[in-house]
Amino acid sequence: MKENLLVSSSPHLRGGRKTNMIMLDVIIALMPAVIASCIIFGWRAAIILGITTGVCVVSEWLSRLIMKRDNTIWDLSAVVTGILLAFNLPVSIHPVMAGIGGVVAIVVAKQMFGGLGQNFVNPALTARIVLMVSFPSQMSTWTKPFEYGYDAMTTASPLGILAESGDTPMPSYLDLFLGNHAGSLGETCALAIILGGAYLLVRRVISPIIPGCFLATVVIFSLIFQRDILVDLLSGGVLLGAFFMATDYATSPINWRGKIVFGIGCGIITMLIRIFGAMPEGVSFSIILMNIVTPHIERLTRPRAFGKARKERKNNEA
Amino acid sequence: MEFPSNPFRTFGGVRAPHRKNTAKSPAVMMPPPEQVIIPLCQHIGAPCNPIVKLKDPVFVGQKIADSPAFVSAPIHSSVSGTVTAISEITLVNGQSVKAVTITSDGTMTTDPNIQPPSFESREGFLKAVRESGLVGLGGAGFPTHVKLNIPPGKNVDTLLINAAECEPYITTDHRELLENSEAILDGIFVVLEQLSIARAIIGIESNKPDAIKLLRDMLAKDPRNSDRKVAVLALRARYPQGAEKVLIQAATQRIVPEGKLPLDVGCVVMNVTSVGFLGNFLKTGMPLITKRVTVDGSAVNTPQNVIVPIGTKVCDLISFCGGYKTEPKKMTLGGPMMGSALFSDEHPIIKQNNAVLAFNEKDSRISKPTACIHCGFCLEVCPMHLMPVMLEKYTEVNNVDELKNLSIMTCMECGCCSFNCPATRPLVHSIRLGKAMIRKADAAAKAKAEEEAKKAAEAQAEKSAD
Ligand code: SF4
Ligand code: SF4
Repeated sequence: MKENLLVSSSPHLRGGRKTNMIMLDVIIALMPAVIASCIIFGWRAAIILGITTGVCVVSEWLSRLIMKRDNTIWDLSAVVTGILLAFNLPVSIHPVMAGIGGVVAIVVAKQMFGGLGQNFVNPALTARIVLMVSFPSQMSTWTKPFEYGYDAMTTASPLGILAESGDTPMPSYLDLFLGNHAGSLGETCALAIILGGAYLLVRRVISPIIPGCFLATVVIFSLIFQRDILVDLLSGGVLLGAFFMATDYATSPINWRGKIVFGIGCGIITMLIRIFGAMPEGVSFSIILMNIVTPHIERLTRPRAFGKARKERKNNEA
Repeated sequence: MEFPSNPFRTFGGVRAPHRKNTAKSPAVMMPPPEQVIIPLCQHIGAPCNPIVKLKDPVFVGQKIADSPAFVSAPIHSSVSGTVTAISEITLVNGQSVKAVTITSDGTMTTDPNIQPPSFESREGFLKAVRESGLVGLGGAGFPTHVKLNIPPGKNVDTLLINAAECEPYITTDHRELLENSEAILDGIFVVLEQLSIARAIIGIESNKPDAIKLLRDMLAKDPRNSDRKVAVLALRARYPQGAEKVLIQAATQRIVPEGKLPLDVGCVVMNVTSVGFLGNFLKTGMPLITKRVTVDGSAVNTPQNVIVPIGTKVCDLISFCGGYKTEPKKMTLGGPMMGSALFSDEHPIIKQNNAVLAFNEKDSRISKPTACIHCGFCLEVCPMHLMPVMLEKYTEVNNVDELKNLSIMTCMECGCCSFNCPATRPLVHSIRLGKAMIRKADAAAKAKAEEEAKKAAEAQAEKSAD
């Protein structure tokens, strides 16, 4: 006779995928862009990546320790935030500023709201915006690719060129695609981002809805306003944003109709800022703005339960 | 008759591992154990009252308990011997019920009164079904005679035979299809005739090609099927194709409205083992006293299918299967997705059980829940289009209104959401708590309304007395 068997609620079987495996997949997907950024911007890129990742992990560990909660660094989400933060910084940024960014991302944007899954704005993007407001000139000084020194020449980013319509020549499409142009660390090499994005889609880590709607909206706006579609898609943070930042689980809607609204919203705001705004780039702001309205989108696009009458649902919502 | 050649689209579901290790194991008959413990409520509905007394001799197939209630099913003895105890036991679902313990005399003497039922009308047929003690053998345990009692005005055109068997490990319905196919067809044709239903669809998951082929061949040759009213539908092998509403959707494209029954969309769903039993019962008159059960799992020596007398203790069944290979850490009655965990292996096998699984330490381990990462994977797999993560959250804060808004009662506890959650959240468990909360709130509201009505009536009475 056996007694005291383990009694637990069904199901007694679980799928194999765990949170840290998902995060590991995201890190793998980020690797092509990490390598590309180190090739394009040299050792300084590697240092910035190291600093932000290190600071993020340590901040995560310390803040959980101080708040007397479980240690969560092994879910690897802090590593992802660290890499994404570095990707959003210019290579010439002072390492201390990069470190401040890491603290802001983890402590202010993530842990103060309860940690992974509870934050309502994207930590890396919040840090980027805080840095942009605090150190505007440092954050918009772009270095020429393949100039590895500290005294490297500064130049304008493609969107800056587009906005100012000065006489700096535009990089060719091929240069845009391969990343041979100025910009934030991780956003220049479209090829690497697309490789990573494809990996995430194949591994079903992200659904294609958000990136699809985001990019499609950018293309449509580009067409309507007769801009250069390829420049709009390949320059700035659109690809990085669409595949890696807008798809952040915690800050985007969980249901597919919500994802459609979210993706389109990101695309519209990005293009409105690019076309009418004072800044040349609007991806970060668009994603943050959509992050903020995500709970409302989710509420308005709830799935209809199996067999639930249509009319009844309207009454309930009214 | 119109039949779909391919299943219709259904939503969600997970690719649960099949682990049908016992699919090739023909069921072996278990000799009667020394003692059986027969609970007097093995169905949804009113518990039965014993009609035998202590020390009474009983025969195999003799009725030992019944209830005057309509929604109930009588209980029969599965061995011959003497009643040695009538006591309270706690079933795996937490229900406390009376149980009759019978010590076997080892002779398995059949009750001389047993004879094939004869009936002329639909009422007679339903009465015979009730006397057989049949309940839904797929796991729900709803009395079959109630299910088949189609109220006037409901137009039922389809009898669906559920042979999907989507739960991992379990192969009893598969074996039923192979071993008892004649009786299955007999049962189907009788039900079609008695209830004047136009067609029957036998839904079998495509991972059982031998069973699909066998039944298709038999149906092609069967003279009763000359007008082609019974057909086999190969379902996608994806959990949970065998869930009632999902099966109806896959076979007929109909959606059972919230809070309604299959009857409301013209369907009656019967488990394949139930119709198979019915086929045999109409020939022999032997009521439901045995059950085919899959015994499997990493802690069992000889996994196999066994025909078990109802009331057999799980430990006796495991001994029959060569005993435990290693120390079992977790045991379930039913499959790993929807089955209930056993506290002790003294629990008896009841009518609707179809598997006993025993797992070793390693297979029992479930990692600790971590924070929800808001990934939405639980929504993606919910066949009922629910938002499990929100149901969990609103249960935590006792928000009954939102839970109702989100149709928590539509959840069939299939387990897909928990299975797919990367943070190992116990979603189904929370949903069960949420449902209990709603039932309690509803009961309280009802009691309050009644009280107020009573008060109002009293006030009225007082007034008129004045
Ligand atoms: S919410 Fe209910 S019906 Fe939906 S997947 Fe979870 S257990 Fe199944
Ligand atoms: S699957 Fe789990 S982690 Fe993902 S949203 Fe649902 S409850 Fe949260």
